[in-house]
Amino acid sequence: MTEMSNTPSRPSALREFWYYFRENRGAVMGLWVFGAFLIVAAFAPFIAPHDPTMQYREHILQPPFWQEGGSWTFPLGTDPLGRDMLSRLIVGARFSFFVGIVVVSIASVGGIVIGVLAGFAPRWLDTIIMRLMDIILAFPSLLLALVLVAVLGPSLTNAMIAIAIVLQPHYVRLTRASVMSERQKDYVTSARVAGAGLMRLMFITVLPNCLAPIIVQAALSFSTAILDAAALGFLGMGAQPPTPEWGTMLAEAREFILRAWWVVTFPGVAILITVLAINLMGDGLRDALDPKLKRS
Amino acid sequence: MLKYFASRLLTFIPTFIGVTLISFAFIRLLPGDPIIVMAGERGMSPERHAELTAQYGFDQPMYVQFWNYLSGVVQGDLGNSFVTKKPVWDEFFALFPATLELSICAMIFAVALGLPAGVIAAVNRGKFFDRTLMSTALIGYSMPIFWWALLLIIVFSGILKWTPVSGRIDLIYYFPNASGFMIYDALMSGQSGALWSAIRHLILPTIVLGTIPLAVIARQTRSAMLEVLGEDYIRTARAKGMSPSRVNAVHALRNALIPVITVIGLSVGTLLAGAILTETIFSWPGIGKWMVDSIFRRDYPVVQGGLLLIAVMVMIVNLTVDVLYGIINPKIRKR
Repeated sequence: MTEMSNTPSRPSALREFWYYFRENRGAVMGLWVFGAFLIVAAFAPFIAPHDPTMQYREHILQPPFWQEGGSWTFPLGTDPLGRDMLSRLIVGARFSFFVGIVVVSIASVGGIVIGVLAGFAPRWLDTIIMRLMDIILAFPSLLLALVLVAVLGPSLTNAMIAIAIVLQPHYVRLTRASVMSERQKDYVTSARVAGAGLMRLMFITVLPNCLAPIIVQAALSFSTAILDAAALGFLGMGAQPPTPEWGTMLAEAREFILRAWWVVTFPGVAILITVLAINLMGDGLRDALDPKLKRS
Repeated sequence: MLKYFASRLLTFIPTFIGVTLISFAFIRLLPGDPIIVMAGERGMSPERHAELTAQYGFDQPMYVQFWNYLSGVVQGDLGNSFVTKKPVWDEFFALFPATLELSICAMIFAVALGLPAGVIAAVNRGKFFDRTLMSTALIGYSMPIFWWALLLIIVFSGILKWTPVSGRIDLIYYFPNASGFMIYDALMSGQSGALWSAIRHLILPTIVLGTIPLAVIARQTRSAMLEVLGEDYIRTARAKGMSPSRVNAVHALRNALIPVITVIGLSVGTLLAGAILTETIFSWPGIGKWMVDSIFRRDYPVVQGGLLLIAVMVMIVNLTVDVLYGIINPKIRKR
């Protein structure tokens, strides 16, 4: 970082962030893996060697290439219906990424707006909002999502809505807590004295200063969303077959666990690696964004 | 102290009513007429339909229905299962010991490994041990447990044939399941091998259910220990010439335990959510599997009642943790 020592002024926020993020080797590794996952998700149809739903009936349960009976045509083998595992995994990345983005967007935008409102609201409204969140949090998240999907009907879209509803209270609590502590500060008072309206105070003056913990939460709930969507798919309440969603693939493979290890192993490895990469990144984000932990 | 307790209890009541309202709303939100759903494929005559609608009170205004539901709940009446016709309340408490047994074992597993792992990692901060343990913990934390269960079944039941694939005990043993806790009942039955069979059935589900709490506890213990190890009184204790192991075990760990206990308490919700997946995979006859089966069978009174009872249970545990926390840590009470 020679160019940094040459400039006496404070480095830009982004560069400072990158400086601390880079310290954490695991986080950088997670970022690389996540980047690869993004590329795979974005270009899935071009990368996948086969159509993920195409059934090659003469190649049912073919093992991966390094095993007896495997071939390079199907590098990671085929599933019980003769579909190419590799192509299904590649296209599955798309669904997981989609789930993560949609769930985090809905949950965070909703949660942030409600949280800021609660932080600025009069006491009675704040109490009502927080009690409502307590009620949602009283249900184990997967159970509530499962029941919501039972009401809405099993599909990937409904699973995403259910998971977003379940994750939202975390954003509300987090945002409200940071808004409450920011609101006391002098710069807010001076903005108020200068005549800033309530909306401006809430979303332009205060909110940007509360974003650090929310960003960390967003990273962590991205992985929770992927895990929960896969769990719902596994229970038959998420994406429906023949969608190549990783959890749904596992559910379809369940009865073959003792006969064909690859149909069970690979989708799980894909989920684990993706979630692990995101969690590593989340840890790095927290270290880089949370000033309390920065130099410890 | 009493005031703190009272204020906690006061927030409990509106939350309880809200939770009841959600589980009440659930059956009304379902598309279609619940009576027709209950009749299933057979259908029913209009007279019978009207009779049942009146019997279940669906013809009354919503607020009356809710009031009846709430007063039923308070008296332990959650309706009867569509499938077995037995009261939901009785079914829940018949199956609950199985889930409780599994959860207790999972928690013991998680604490017994997580606590020492966290302490060792904190004491060896930045060294090889710390990095290995924390990487493992992060992998555990990121684990899709339904897949983890399948992997363990492949290795330990399929290849090594050490553990059974599902259930709570081998079918050759039969004894009255008096307490609902299989280990205890097997021990009391006096049949040779029964206890061992019960334990073998518990091993894999315990590992699967305990994995995420284990990772969370290890991470939390490490960070709590690191925070405490920087305090002045630790330096004082060291300066007094105390042995490092005594400082770590007595002075540091005892103070680090406060946040760890909170995390343990709050994992109860996680355990119940994990029980849904674990019990389904291992055919463990507890409330998690019961809920999933009921959702698939469209046994709505069970889903509704189970949802409510589980939520109330989580709330009671959280309240207890809050109160205990207030007792351990006087700083909280003052707020």
